[in-house]
Amino acid sequence: MSKDQIIKSNFKTEEYFINMGPQHPATHGVLRLILTIDGEIIRNIEPDLGYIHRSIEKMCERDSYQQIVHLTDRMDYLSSHINNEAVCLVVEKGLEIEVPERVKVIRTIIAELTRIASHCLWWGVMGMDVGALTTYFYAFRDREMINDIFEETCGARLTMNYNIPGGLMFDIHPNFVKRVKDFITHFKTKIPEYDRLLTGNVIFQKRTKGIGILTKEDAISFGASGPVARASGVSCDIRKIHSYSAYDQVNFNEVLFTEGDSLSRYKVRIQELWESLSIIEQLIDNIPEGDIKVQTKAVIKLPKGEFYQRVETARGELGVYVNSTGTKNPYRLKFRSPGFSNLSVLNKIAKGYKIGDLVAIMSTIDIVVPDIDR
Amino acid sequence: MSYFSDIYNGIKTLLTGMRVTGGYFLNARKGTLTQQYPDNRETLKMFDRFRGEVVMPHDENNEHQCTGCQKCEIACPNGSIEIIWDRAIVEETGKKKKKIDQHIYHLSMCTMCGLCIEACPTDAIVWAQNFENSVYDRTQLTKVLNQPGSKVKDGIED
Amino acid sequence: MTKSIHDWLFSILPEGIASITEMVLIAVAYLALFAIAGLYLVLLERKVAAWFQLRLGPNRVGPFGIFQTMADALKLVSKELTSTDRVDKFLYNLAPYFVIVTALLAMTIFPFSKQLQAFDINIGMFFLLAISSIGVIGILVGGWASNNKYALIGAMRSGLQTISYELSVGLSILTMVLLTGSLQLSEIIEIQRTGGWLIWQGHIPAIIAFMIFMIAGTAETNRAPFDLVEAESELGAGFHTEYSGMKFAYFFLAEFINMFIIASIAVVLFFGGWLSPFGITEGITWFPEVFWFFIKVLLIIFLMMWFRWTFPRLRVDQLLTLEWKYLLPINLVNIVFMAIVIWLNWIL
Repeated sequence: MSKDQIIKSNFKTEEYFINMGPQHPATHGVLRLILTIDGEIIRNIEPDLGYIHRSIEKMCERDSYQQIVHLTDRMDYLSSHINNEAVCLVVEKGLEIEVPERVKVIRTIIAELTRIASHCLWWGVMGMDVGALTTYFYAFRDREMINDIFEETCGARLTMNYNIPGGLMFDIHPNFVKRVKDFITHFKTKIPEYDRLLTGNVIFQKRTKGIGILTKEDAISFGASGPVARASGVSCDIRKIHSYSAYDQVNFNEVLFTEGDSLSRYKVRIQELWESLSIIEQLIDNIPEGDIKVQTKAVIKLPKGEFYQRVETARGELGVYVNSTGTKNPYRLKFRSPGFSNLSVLNKIAKGYKIGDLVAIMSTIDIVVPDIDR
Repeated sequence: MSYFSDIYNGIKTLLTGMRVTGGYFLNARKGTLTQQYPDNRETLKMFDRFRGEVVMPHDENNEHQCTGCQKCEIACPNGSIEIIWDRAIVEETGKKKKKIDQHIYHLSMCTMCGLCIEACPTDAIVWAQNFENSVYDRTQLTKVLNQPGSKVKDGIED
Repeated sequence: MTKSIHDWLFSILPEGIASITEMVLIAVAYLALFAIAGLYLVLLERKVAAWFQLRLGPNRVGPFGIFQTMADALKLVSKELTSTDRVDKFLYNLAPYFVIVTALLAMTIFPFSKQLQAFDINIGMFFLLAISSIGVIGILVGGWASNNKYALIGAMRSGLQTISYELSVGLSILTMVLLTGSLQLSEIIEIQRTGGWLIWQGHIPAIIAFMIFMIAGTAETNRAPFDLVEAESELGAGFHTEYSGMKFAYFFLAEFINMFIIASIAVVLFFGGWLSPFGITEGITWFPEVFWFFIKVLLIIFLMMWFRWTFPRLRVDQLLTLEWKYLLPINLVNIVFMAIVIWLNWIL
């Protein structure tokens, strides 16, 4: 008899269920995980969704195209600008209008700032999930600077609704360029500090290295995207492969790791902070002059047909599919949200690990529950 | 031997982390992030584009710029704006002209998307920067934006 | 002062009643100390955490928030004591008292200064170890009786954690006892008066013992990075998930008192108890020696807080790996090393 069999024959153990969530600090909102546990070891995870379903897709069928934009703020609220951009891009594609260069550059800068803000929040919460509470405050200090930039230019900190189909709602604030530059110089000193505080820490390394391995094949077959897939070596950066806005004007690297464990998912995001900073640096000094919007008709009617646009949010690939019958509302609108497919890998990668690992894996997947439920 | 180097490296990384937090601890007096919110009411100033609530500015003659075109009402995604309008005869020309009776704004339903202000052709409604909007009764959040007895400014046409 | 109270009590009362009164008085004094220390350590923790995290900390109730924890305690006292359906009522109510009484018992034997010691027992260190291992029973019982799976997981974790780390605490204390040759706390301090603090006398093995003691002590008190028992991101609140009001406060206070106890042991064993550094206040008779004791204790508590607000939490199996693969073997070697040091008389 093997060791396992001897243990099995001598001890009678029972698996039991435990509800993680919908109110649980580690599920980042109202996600409910039904865990089957054997002692500390997780045997099965069943995510139970729908606690924050607001039927945004159905609401979009009722709204005009300008009104759809503000609903996407409330999906993945941490990359709200990028969601807005996706809807605006699909409408612009349908109307076949080309937005001015200035709009493209400003959209790209703000999208990258949004990505940094999102990754900052993720870093803070990641630290908190593995037990280092102080990271949260250091990350929020830096995120606050970005939020101030947003507030000054867009008027809101989180649900910005700065994009409209055809361009931007209003021009950037005169202080925008200076503030962004200040932020870049500030943040360049802070990322190494993040590394010293958490990345290098021996306990953190032990908690994440080799835990929750997602293979390249699984990443592709589950449809994972964003940092989760890139940590497994899947090249899936929409900014590179289907360049939109001003991403074709800048040089940046797609961060790829091959290990696919929690630590490489973590490192992808830390590296992406550097890449985002370099994108902003390339664009901030030469924002072209010009109009900030193309005047569209007050009632936008998309031509009959289907339109699809993909963008890279902080969490991965967001796709917007619009089926139009030529009226002022879309006939059907579907969001392919990154969080949903990324969450689906959870059962595959977290099985057999302990509860503490599950928490760490969940935060490296970086779920935003409203994005999953919509 | 890797046993000892593991211990050494482990302790080193832990001390590096402690140095980061220790540095902040020593400079705690200088770099607090938090605001003493209710105490700094006087000095706290929001950015001028901040979206607090929708207001309708009136000038000293109690005149606003709203012509009652209802574009904001159409633009609003969730029905936060309702306009009750009327037609009145303008004395000089003798023609009937649209005028607002009440411009009703439901702050409780507003998502601060800013589409109404974008849609307004006469800049009759603007953002106010106040943010302390909480009240004890929901009905207080339904506001009539035009002041009683106010009328539209001369020369504003849609 | 204590002498005069003692004489006065015995002069006015019969002997039996006098000694009982004396005991009651001492108990009341310790309870007061206990409450104040607990409350102010909570405040200190919150302040220190705030300063690490670029915040201000409590500053609303009283100047610098000094009455904040009093207000919190008052709130907790006035709260309803809830419990879940189908709890084991007796054990559920018993658990908080287990935890707090053991914490209180361990406090009694510390010599805060030369005169200020309630109970100078000749097996002091042994008594401390014995008492501090009872506290975990309260946690186990509380988690078990709560009828909550999260609490149960927390309780089970606390069981395995305390059993493992007790070894390291014991062995690191043993290393130092080799040097002192006595378990009596007052005597341990007296030895340090002539030869310097024990961490100085025992140099390398003493420093290793101190490091192990700090790690194991932090684990004994269930504080981060060893706070698996509570682990709020994994288990919600762990073993005290279902406790409310004053029962919760008992668990909460006991954590801080335990921290105080661990720091006090460290001060007595390694840093000369109430002795002043380099004997600077040796000749000053009016100087309260208790000052030095508390300063040292606070410094060590600060070190534990620094750990808590910097490090991530370990996982359950890593906790055991650390104990059984690292701390315990090093500790055993360290004892032998200490014995050799004493044998060859390398004491500084």
